[in-house]
Amino acid sequence: MNLKLDIALTHLKFRKRQTLVSVLGVAMGVGFFIAIASLMQGFQEDIVRRVIDNSPHITMKDEFRDAPRQPVEIAFAGGAIALRGVKPKTEIRGIRRAGQIMQALTIWQGLTVSQVLSGQGFLRYGSKERSATITGIEPDRERLVTRIDKDIVQGSLDALKTAGNGIILGRGLARRLALEMNDTVTVTSPTGVILRMKVVGISHTGVLAFDEVNAYVLLKKNQILQGKTNIVNQIRMRADDVNAARPLAAKIEARFGYRTESWDEANEGVFGVFFIQNMIMYSVTSAILIVACFGIFNIISTVIFEKTRDIAIMKSMGFAEGDIRGIFLLEGLALGALGALIGCALGLGLTYILSIIRFKAVGLVEIQQFILKWSVWHYVIASAIAMVSAVAAAYIPSRRAAKVNPVEIVRGAA
Amino acid sequence: MTPAVEAKNVTRVLPGTVPVTLVREIDVAIMPGEFVAITGPSGSGKSSLLYLLGLLDRPSDGVISVHGQDTSGLSGDGLAALRLKHVGFVFQFHFLLPEFSALDNVLVPMRRLGRWNDKEARERAERLLTEVGLADQMRKRPDQMSGGQRQRVAIARSMANDPDIILADEPTGSLDQKNGHIVFEIFARLANDYRKSVITVTHDPHLAEQTHRQIHLVDGRIVDDGNGAKGTFGETALPAPPGV
Repeated sequence: MNLKLDIALTHLKFRKRQTLVSVLGVAMGVGFFIAIASLMQGFQEDIVRRVIDNSPHITMKDEFRDAPRQPVEIAFAGGAIALRGVKPKTEIRGIRRAGQIMQALTIWQGLTVSQVLSGQGFLRYGSKERSATITGIEPDRERLVTRIDKDIVQGSLDALKTAGNGIILGRGLARRLALEMNDTVTVTSPTGVILRMKVVGISHTGVLAFDEVNAYVLLKKNQILQGKTNIVNQIRMRADDVNAARPLAAKIEARFGYRTESWDEANEGVFGVFFIQNMIMYSVTSAILIVACFGIFNIISTVIFEKTRDIAIMKSMGFAEGDIRGIFLLEGLALGALGALIGCALGLGLTYILSIIRFKAVGLVEIQQFILKWSVWHYVIASAIAMVSAVAAAYIPSRRAAKVNPVEIVRGAA
Repeated sequence: MTPAVEAKNVTRVLPGTVPVTLVREIDVAIMPGEFVAITGPSGSGKSSLLYLLGLLDRPSDGVISVHGQDTSGLSGDGLAALRLKHVGFVFQFHFLLPEFSALDNVLVPMRRLGRWNDKEARERAERLLTEVGLADQMRKRPDQMSGGQRQRVAIARSMANDPDIILADEPTGSLDQKNGHIVFEIFARLANDYRKSVITVTHDPHLAEQTHRQIHLVDGRIVDDGNGAKGTFGETALPAPPGV
């Protein structure tokens, strides 16, 4: 075996208890890091998956990112005229030339397109009433864009086409109104149109925010309900490559002018929360590792203090400063590596325990168990951090060891 | 013949608010095969001179040469490399690595230098330990051995890399008379049979007489270099003021 490693391991072997404590400190840091990373990433990926599955990747809306400039501002740019109280022109909202835009988008590579008219409506059943977001869809196109089919737990999407006035409700919404399949519900729009519609389907996405407010009808029916004949206010798109959605959305917006959002932009609030979650997680686990590093710093400082004579004798033998430093850095590395190894086992165990816990929680989403992400990278990263910090913690005392002046030691002892 | 180690006009001052001069204007040359004792009263700079000759310390002024090679320009690592090859130290206390067996202690410098492969190094270490009379103690750790045995392990270790210069700082200081004589006999054999330069610091005149040559130090100066050329007692050779 390498001489330096031999000496380093011998030092640790003769301090079993101290070594064990330091190693366990590192192992805890690594283990918790792995378990929490698995938990967090699993949870976040699950949310993203649900969001991606339940909403279009890209949505074009009937609005502009910036309010249009007033004609007077354009005509007298920089002029000494101030006009106040100018209101935007009243117009029926909706995407103009939607048919042309649809046609243009359909031939884009890697894009599936649908058009919808979405608006508010009031659902009444007996004495219960709730407002809902009513989305008018074309089933055959919509099912390709938002995968709505797989969320329908009762009835079917096609029933919208066959039933005269069919409506599909989110499960939460149906429960609140005490509605069941084939019941008839009264739908009132903000413009005052009233339609009696039959429940032909129940959808359940698992995201409460969706299931408690969403209702689907045919596009034509919603256009009647909202009093907007032949108007759509959203063009929805599914990209073949989810991660290309953002630049694609920017390109589409640049071409057609309408505000176009990708799924990640539309859900920025959620991802902001993820960022904070991740920061908290990494702070907590780093804190554990920092504490562990103090342990390593402590043991190596102690060893160096006790081994001053040995260091002096090794230097008198002809060991260079780098050799001495190397011995104690190796001790740090050995503690870090051993800690990482045990930590990985601990992390594996903790993740397994988390994976078999069952519970029922209804929050942002409905879940019955922790959603865990198993990734070898968690283990690699945690181990790497542990070893780097262990060596860093060993570095400071090891430099001191390398500077030991053998003359002072042998003179003092003689 | 080139001296194994030579000091030319060497002075060592410990810097500080009150600088302390350990040795001053030392001129001495040690030939291969010489067995030399450095004697003198306590505080006369015997050990300091030994550390300077062993390249463990650097002179403030003057030059130490090993086999004619000027060492003043060498870095700390350069000096360490020279020590590894050419110098073996024995201290008053054994200074063995306590966790390692006698055999492993002797192996440490050899493994660091890497001149011999594992098998050769082991055989060599066993031979050295046999030579100092510890053939049956090789597997023991230092705390399982007597003081005299430990000191003999230290001597075997100082010989590990076959250095030409063996330096011993009061090697018999913690030993009884019998063990002291054993150690000196080993040193004499190293000088006579193996042509090593052995330099030992001792305050025991009886032991010093067994060497070829005695260098006598007073107040950091050589007053007798054992070659007939007596140093001069200058006006600086006053007793050191108390507390210095």
